[in-house]
Amino acid sequence: MEEILEILEKNSKVTAAEIAVMLGKSVEEVTEAIKKYEAENVIVGYSTLVNWDKTEREKVTALIEVKVTPQRGLGFDKIADRIYKYPEVTACYLMSGGFDLTVIIEGKTMKEVALFVSEKLAPLESVLSCATHFVLKKYKDKGTIFEEKPIDRREPIFI
Amino acid sequence: MIMKDMILDRIKNVPPSGIRKYFDLINEMKDVISLGVGEPDFVTPWNIREAGIYSLENGHTQYSSNAGFIELREEISKYLQRKFSLEYNPVDEILVTVGGSEGIDAALRALVGPGDEVIIPEPSFVAYKGCTGFTGATAVTIPLKQENEFKLTAEELENAITDRTKVVIIPFPNNPTGAIMTREDLYELVKVLKDKNIVVLSDEIYCELTYEGGHTSIASFPEMKEQTVVINGFSKSFAMTGWRLGYACGHRDLIGEMKKIHQYGIMCAPTTAQDAAIEALQNSDDDVAMMAKEYNRRRRVMVDGFQKAGYSSFEPKGAFYVFPNIKSSGLSSDEFCERLLIEQKVLVVPGTAFGECGEGYVRACYASSMENIIEAMKRIRTFTDSLG
Repeated sequence: MEEILEILEKNSKVTAAEIAVMLGKSVEEVTEAIKKYEAENVIVGYSTLVNWDKTEREKVTALIEVKVTPQRGLGFDKIADRIYKYPEVTACYLMSGGFDLTVIIEGKTMKEVALFVSEKLAPLESVLSCATHFVLKKYKDKGTIFEEKPIDRREPIFI
Repeated sequence: MIMKDMILDRIKNVPPSGIRKYFDLINEMKDVISLGVGEPDFVTPWNIREAGIYSLENGHTQYSSNAGFIELREEISKYLQRKFSLEYNPVDEILVTVGGSEGIDAALRALVGPGDEVIIPEPSFVAYKGCTGFTGATAVTIPLKQENEFKLTAEELENAITDRTKVVIIPFPNNPTGAIMTREDLYELVKVLKDKNIVVLSDEIYCELTYEGGHTSIASFPEMKEQTVVINGFSKSFAMTGWRLGYACGHRDLIGEMKKIHQYGIMCAPTTAQDAAIEALQNSDDDVAMMAKEYNRRRRVMVDGFQKAGYSSFEPKGAFYVFPNIKSSGLSSDEFCERLLIEQKVLVVPGTAFGECGEGYVRACYASSMENIIEAMKRIRTFTDSLG
């Protein structure tokens, strides 16, 4: 049944009925499985990949490398929790290597992002340092290439 | 001089492949969904393309040895062993060809001539009959039946064999029916063929696209290995049609003679493609599996679509074609295809393109995006409803 997840991860618009046909299962089986995945938070949510660069809306994305002091007994989870609860934070990962947390921020302007870092993130007690990198262009996100629409280049020959 | 009269009859007698009228029509139409093309819609996996680019960057632009790079032949040997338990010596039992098609042509040219018979189960890939015709040998066709799931039965084979039979073509997984032959099915043929002076040409180009039970090669029966030539290639399994790369494996005496034909006619398969193919065999199992999985989903959607439209379609278990029976429409294969194209802008290929016994069937290829397939199946239903 994990194939359901593979299909939905690529395209969450596919219906249970369609998945059922693709996998040779009954609609009930697929519907049940999806419900179960949702209940168990295996399917955490459904979202749409938007290329905002093609719209009028200004949008800025930044990747921030954050170094923090882990807290006794709680490790990094507590401080991560304080950071990722901000709605501006779209992703937050605990890292190996030279810094501790990757924090992805989305804001309307660079100033807004800068203010978030200087006023909210950096002043947190456990935060030792922040290095902010602004995204200049998104080529590919979640396995999808933004600029490229697939074109069928096959010649109409048949064999 | 009248040029036409200069040309050999046996060449002129072979009809050209393809049904031009559909493709002429398609060029004038917009928004046509083509389920007519017989090649993957996937682009070659990036690591393979990158290996091709790297080969060019390194200036690897010279001929390879006639049989192909030994590194590639070694990889082919390992791959066939790993996947299908076939053992071929890379030194003299493997020939790298320009697509599987060249292997078919070279094998037939090495084996048959006027007076010989080649048994060809139909419906099947058009080149078997064409290449047989070029040699002057006679094609003896066996019309395969839907009630047998378009498999070749021992009885059908036995009835077709005569004193003049020299080659039997075993084309599974099959284009256009999608039929496969399991190990048990093949064993029945082995009983008929072993100890006979008949060479088996086993075209296994769709081997990776077997959706139930995995592919079995007839050459994996020890008693058949010597008398079988296996044709395979990169086009379908690795989505590399345009690279033109295939291979033939068999008895060293046959491969040696085929190599001469290849040497004088072709010299060697393209070097860039050979370098890319080494990468394909070494590092692309995941991509191959991913593509096969995706085809399998589309296969189920298409079979379901034809059934819902009211056409009995036996379940194809290989390749990337569905071959529904459209007799209930009251139309011939040709009429069905032409009207479906004009009225609903969906292109499928008449079964008759693959042999006369394909009348009453059409071939629809599911190497197309899921969206296209779902939309095409809707249109086919609308078309069918309009027939009343």
